Amino acid sequence: MIESWGRAIALFPHFAEVLLLAAITTVEITVGGFVIAVILGLAFGILKTSPHRTRRAIATVYVEVFRSVPVLTQLFIIYFGLGEIGVRLDPLSAAIIGFGINGGAYLTEVFRSGIEAIHAGQMEASFAIGMTRPQTMRYIIVPQAVRIVLPPIGNYVIGLLKETSIASAVAAPELMYQAGTLIRQTFLSSQIYLMVAVIYLCMSLPLSRLTRHLESRMGKGKAAGGATR
Amino acid sequence: MIEISLLVQNPVDMPLVRIVDLQKRFGAVHVLKGVSLDVRAGQKVALIGPSGSGKTTLLRCINYLERPSGGHISVAGELIGEKQMGDRYVEMKDREIAAIRARIGMVFQRFNLFPHLTALENITIGPMKVLRRSSAEARAVATELLRKVGLEHKKDSYPDNLSGGQQQRIAIARALAMQPRLMLFDEATSALDPELVGEVLNVMRQLAADGMTMIIVTHEMRFAEEVADRVLFMDDGRVVEEGTPNDIFHHPTQERTRFFLRAVVNKQEYAS
Repeated sequence: MIESWGRAIALFPHFAEVLLLAAITTVEITVGGFVIAVILGLAFGILKTSPHRTRRAIATVYVEVFRSVPVLTQLFIIYFGLGEIGVRLDPLSAAIIGFGINGGAYLTEVFRSGIEAIHAGQMEASFAIGMTRPQTMRYIIVPQAVRIVLPPIGNYVIGLLKETSIASAVAAPELMYQAGTLIRQTFLSSQIYLMVAVIYLCMSLPLSRLTRHLESRMGKGKAAGGATR
Repeated sequence: MIEISLLVQNPVDMPLVRIVDLQKRFGAVHVLKGVSLDVRAGQKVALIGPSGSGKTTLLRCINYLERPSGGHISVAGELIGEKQMGDRYVEMKDREIAAIRARIGMVFQRFNLFPHLTALENITIGPMKVLRRSSAEARAVATELLRKVGLEHKKDSYPDNLSGGQQQRIAIARALAMQPRLMLFDEATSALDPELVGEVLNVMRQLAADGMTMIIVTHEMRFAEEVADRVLFMDDGRVVEEGTPNDIFHHPTQERTRFFLRAVVNKQEYAS
């Protein structure tokens, strides 16, 4: 017991180097997945509020399919399944795409609810000055909806950061994967997992603070559920 | 079927707004039961009547915020929301409807200013995004309009920091920035505290004096009497009676009009 902590302290610089590099990969997957998820979520969220039934149906199918299948399954399909038909992705790209598509389904519902929370009078006022539906979305509805969905999106990012550990299953060199590698070499599991926990904590906490900061700052121009009171 | 020649004819003697046998149903509820109305350029028409009589729906059909169930509307010779293809009518595309709406101003009961934009930006966004004006040009027009409604000093305020009366004046300026040929007012003062009604009516009076064509749904009977050239009394989806303000307010011929005016005027006298 004492002996293992002694070894851990001796190996600490090596562990720190490997794990901090892995943390960068974790951040890469988180950021990449998040960007894709926001783009998909916004696009499908807008489709979901469309007056056209087929457009709504497309968005619904996307959400239901990708929300109903575990991320792990989706990652395997993207990494191994696509590989079989000749689309060979490296683990990092597969993870980014997988989390992006999966998160997009979740964020579709978030953006839809944000858009629907905007008072109907906003859309009417925009139409009344001659804006088309796409212009109304872009200049009037979405800017207000973004303020409303900021808190759930913040929660989503923090969740995503931790969820990227699943990417270890496709051998993406992120934190949990590299931790496993170190443990297989040294058998110092509790010490290494403790370090991993501290690294996740150090990444999550600033993210929570950033979210809160953005929320209070964007509240300034004033958001808009039933804006007219 | 209404002959199209009724709607699109010689533009010289053509009324600015022509409404022919307008029908609107919301499910089983028949809200407009065949309303016809001509408004010439420069005229001010007041629509009065009890709530649920269809006056707001009529107004909202004119810029196609509501889709009529039957009948036709044209503004400046252009059909609203529909195109004639051979012998039938087809609905316009989003873009075509938007282009027509751009020239029809509307002021809402609840203002509906864009809360994420400043007063100035509320006014410039239409000209910039719809009319493709430059930012400088749009700001110049907006500043002039803000002066006109007496709110130049509020240009950088957000709607939430403005009173209801100020918001409604900004909303009028926002509509005017699109250089409309027609202004629709949907109970523009009904949501305001009594002491704020006057400042909005003053702006509307000034607009009327400038020669704007206006269709005004209102409960302000004195204002209607003072500003309107014509008053229409609506009840139960129909125009019951129309005439000059003097006809309607002082010599109504229909019992329903008399009954309505007695109820409303008594209440307003009592209130003031």
